Amino acid sequence: MRGRALGIGTRVGVVVLTVGVLVWLPQYYGATDTALFAKAIYISIAALGLNILTGYNGQVSIGHGAFFGFGAYATAILMNDQGWDFLATLPVVAVASFVIGAAVGFPALRVKGLYLALITLGLAALFPDLVTKYVHGTGGTTLVQPPQPTSPSWAWGFAPNDDQWRYYLALAIGIVMFVLAWNLVRGRFGRALLAVRDHDAAASTIGIDLARVKVGSFAISALYAGIAGSVGVMVTGLANAGRVETFQLSINFLVAVVIGGTATVLGPVVGAWTFVFLEKATQNLFPDQALVSPAIFGVALILLLLLLPDGIVGGARRVGRFARRQRHARGSPPTRDVPSPIREDHP
Amino acid sequence: MDLNLFFSQLLNGLSSGAIYASLALAIVLIFRTTGILNFAQGEMALFSTYVTWWLADQGLSIGVAIAISVAVSFVGGAVIERVVIRPFEKASPLVIVIATLGLFLALNSLTQVIFGTDAKQLGSAFPDTVWDVWGLRVEAQTIGILVVLGLECVALWALFQRTRIGLGLRAVADNPEASRLLGIRVGTMLMFGWGLSAALGSLAGAMVVPTTQALTASSLQSVLVFAFAAAALGGFDSPLGAVVGGLIVGVTQALTIQYIEPLNDIELVVPFAIILVVLLVRPSGLFGSTQVERV
Repeated sequence: MRGRALGIGTRVGVVVLTVGVLVWLPQYYGATDTALFAKAIYISIAALGLNILTGYNGQVSIGHGAFFGFGAYATAILMNDQGWDFLATLPVVAVASFVIGAAVGFPALRVKGLYLALITLGLAALFPDLVTKYVHGTGGTTLVQPPQPTSPSWAWGFAPNDDQWRYYLALAIGIVMFVLAWNLVRGRFGRALLAVRDHDAAASTIGIDLARVKVGSFAISALYAGIAGSVGVMVTGLANAGRVETFQLSINFLVAVVIGGTATVLGPVVGAWTFVFLEKATQNLFPDQALVSPAIFGVALILLLLLLPDGIVGGARRVGRFARRQRHARGSPPTRDVPSPIREDHP
Repeated sequence: MDLNLFFSQLLNGLSSGAIYASLALAIVLIFRTTGILNFAQGEMALFSTYVTWWLADQGLSIGVAIAISVAVSFVGGAVIERVVIRPFEKASPLVIVIATLGLFLALNSLTQVIFGTDAKQLGSAFPDTVWDVWGLRVEAQTIGILVVLGLECVALWALFQRTRIGLGLRAVADNPEASRLLGIRVGTMLMFGWGLSAALGSLAGAMVVPTTQALTASSLQSVLVFAFAAAALGGFDSPLGAVVGGLIVGVTQALTIQYIEPLNDIELVVPFAIILVVLLVRPSGLFGSTQVERV
């Protein structure tokens, strides 16, 4: 395993501080910003899942917007037509997305790389048509607007406004999904994912079940995207699946994974927040020129990739390693936080 | 079964298939020389098509406008390779894919900023003559598109197999390091490949717009999806595969719309189902070359 860059005390401190800031955010900022933070959370959830598939297992998908859309519609329709509670829809969405993801991932056993990416593109192209055909929402359109959860009376102390309550709901779900992903990639299954990514034939000779790993990572990433969709519809109160939106969502998830740092646990989360704020910043740059912002965003994206080809988390790690090597070179005694250089050089 | 209807749908399918094939050829060309799947291909073609529209709007005849636009696109494609893609030469394929997606966003919004958001009308390069062949309506438009595709194929074949530049392009695609040692200017070849591909996209754009209603910023996005489908079906490294794949996708699409009632509005299922089946049997497409892996 990789050497620890920080000691256990520092790590706990960072986690407490991060969660503290995340809890504090909606207390300080207004409804518009809180909605933006909540968006960053649900994009994070989807990116966490996609990172398991693309970062750890090396299977590129440009169709996860479809799974997101599925989760959004499933939650919206169950809440709207059947009167379900928001939280009650989550297990259903999780199981259903997992099963659909496994079915879609099945060709991955034989089809690899770009060809697989193209099959997932088909999914993203097809999903909006399916919605147009089978969903009859508000006024005959494909829009479904479920009732959004409101802040219950016992929570009025810390979340008097409904948008704050929705943010906290999203945050709680996001933290659960993050911890699950963390445990998954650091365990046996995570190592199997990497082995299959780096060389599937070699991985199978040491007893890794290729079918289970490949299809499993697809199913898990679909589950994450589905849950992200449910959270998304809870936050925005609107399920929609235009062709452009579905494709753009798929792209956004990939962008979050890559700018955050592929195959790092934190990467997708950092990437999702960066993405959401970069998008917002480029929109604010020329408020009356809405058309220009995607251009600036595209250019910013390309520049970011040039500067940090292994993502923000990957780049930070490189800086950290460099700094520690410098300290060693100057002959200062290694502190408790710094692992021996031998472990460093053989990750 | 109404044979006349069948053949007219077949012709429709062939003509839209030929357009998918044109753009698929552009995708394959870049993939073969650089190993990059260019997601911005459709938006590059979109920009070129707007250039064609602008030139025609200035009073040039449509043929001249297309010719100039093809030349402009060639230069533009080469510049994009040099400025945007070359810095990523050593990056991982996933990073390059994201970079082309950035290009996609940038070009799409740039097009709207420069040319405006209102829908444009672009005339066809072909006369609107209609021939009657044994009771079957055959439009000059349809035949024209197929002829252009045929010419593109012949020209590409001649370029790759019969010229020195083509030999260089093939060498670079096969082994860039060895080509460099042999004195081939790899960078120039890559720029040439991107230029060529942008020029093909420009032709595809000029052909697709008159068959649909109008030119808007999203005109080429569904065409791109089908072109990708065509390239996957035929095999990403096979120009012949791109053409055959494009025609298959176009024809199945047209026939599904006409004949399979339950699939109305979701006729996209059919081309992708075909691709899925083909890829399950032949994972590198119909004509793609298979990679042999050693452990």
